[in-house]
Amino acid sequence: MTTSSTHSSNSSSTSSLSTSAAVIVDRLSMVFNAGRPNQVDALTDIELSIQAGDFLSLIGPSGCGKSTLLRLIANLIEPTAGNVLVNGKSAKQARLDQDYGMAFQQSGLFDWRTVRKNIELPLELKGWNKAKRQQRAEEMLDLVQLSDFGAHMPWQLSGGMQQRVAIARALASHPPLLLMDEPCGALHETTREHMQAELLRICAAAQTTVVFVTHSIPEAVYLSNRVVVMSPRPGRITDIIDVHLGDERDEDTREDSRFYGKITEVREALRRVEGPGPDEVLPENATPPGPRGIEDR
Amino acid sequence: MSAASAVGKVVVPPLIVGGLFIGVWEVVVHLFDIQPFLLPAPSAIWTALQDNWSDVWDAMLVTGQNAFVGLVLGIVVGVALSFVLMRFRVAHELVTPLAIALNAIPIIVIVPVLNNMFASTTEVPRRIMVTMIVSFIVLVNVAKGLRQVSATHMELMHSYAASPSAILVKTRIPNAVPYLFTAVKIAAPVAVITAFVAEYFGGSQNGLGYGITSNAAGSRTAASWAYVVGACAVGLTFYLVAVAIERFASPIRHAAPTSRSSHTNQQARGLDPGGATA
Repeated sequence: MTTSSTHSSNSSSTSSLSTSAAVIVDRLSMVFNAGRPNQVDALTDIELSIQAGDFLSLIGPSGCGKSTLLRLIANLIEPTAGNVLVNGKSAKQARLDQDYGMAFQQSGLFDWRTVRKNIELPLELKGWNKAKRQQRAEEMLDLVQLSDFGAHMPWQLSGGMQQRVAIARALASHPPLLLMDEPCGALHETTREHMQAELLRICAAAQTTVVFVTHSIPEAVYLSNRVVVMSPRPGRITDIIDVHLGDERDEDTREDSRFYGKITEVREALRRVEGPGPDEVLPENATPPGPRGIEDR
Repeated sequence: MSAASAVGKVVVPPLIVGGLFIGVWEVVVHLFDIQPFLLPAPSAIWTALQDNWSDVWDAMLVTGQNAFVGLVLGIVVGVALSFVLMRFRVAHELVTPLAIALNAIPIIVIVPVLNNMFASTTEVPRRIMVTMIVSFIVLVNVAKGLRQVSATHMELMHSYAASPSAILVKTRIPNAVPYLFTAVKIAAPVAVITAFVAEYFGGSQNGLGYGITSNAAGSRTAASWAYVVGACAVGLTFYLVAVAIERFASPIRHAAPTSRSSHTNQQARGLDPGGATA
């Protein structure tokens, strides 16, 4: 299997079985505390293939193992069974080669480093020389439109700006894959929508494959080419919904009927995974609650 | 906020409260005609301080030097031990209870033992005592700073496939720096207290502690209080220097009162074991 570092903008819409799969998840299972009373079956038999250039969201009820799946792809934890291939390599080799960047719900910036030095951190660890690091940091600051803030300390920035720095850091070494665990989760609603638009722009510019964990249906629909719906513990993939709202998404997209149609589709898929929902037992005039831990807004 | 106004905010209110306290003290002593050997008036203490200034100054130098040497050695030993504890889990489990046990033994017990081990004119026992107390405070705080790295930072470093030494240099040590400063701020006045309390229990006949006890024993209460004033001055100097070093070394951390840093400071202070030992 070959590694492709350049992606055409429409590679995601090609349905041919290309060899450029960025991530292949093969019969993956994860059991925590196996054999002990507090055993947790986090994931069972996960099969997933992510094409290069894809923007894929993982959505599901709280505790369905979506973050666990992301950490397995990142090789931050080892699976109980099954395999993960990233760019045709084992997940561990991909981690050692720094083939992916990662962003978390907390920006995880280092308080004692300037914004610029935070972005340079992965490059320092890769052994880049100072001139090269500085040049790339400037490029990344430019990309996330924070060129004036390179010398600031992280806590002098707003939450949304901090997340943009974290994304710039994740993309600094030009990894072909970006793994994100609810990077907009801690942001204010308006900031979050702005951030999502930024994210689309940044990822398109960097031509990166993205795996995105979220608990917000509109966020998943707005950002993704495909939304993977997962069931409650033990986590399974129950639906994969193609979204494709087009490359020219903007604020109007959020008011588009296709946007609402896809939101409904994902929501119904989530209702199904919650099992025979509470709809039947609720009084007539009560609105049935959505699945646990899922935001409709 | 300018440096001058920052210092003003810290210094002025306690000065006012202290001035009021001394004023009330002066009035109460005269009003109720309290005998000088029980409680001398502040004016009498001031006179005694002027009369005995060269002796008090010499005592301040002796105690100050002991506290300083012990403080520096204690910081070195404490930091070194905290690195060993972080590196070896076994050492952590062995040394921590030992350090706590050692720290729980009062000065009154250890100092005479140390005095017996060394010549009667040396300052070594007192300096060892200060070193022991200070190193414990530094050890507890710095070990915590080295260990308690945020989960996100650790995941991030692992995602970069960072080596343990890279994690140490780029994450653990910078994370521990504020903890070290907090420890030094706590330990600086404790070092002075330990140094002069150690003088209560024998050894050389010098220092503030000796001045306090010998004058008190001779019913020269005002002179005894003059040495107490000297002890306050030395303790305050140590504390202010520690605070100044912290501000100088990390001015940024104090410019913005982030919830995170104030939280960690409180946690570190909560561990202050110094007060119970002096």
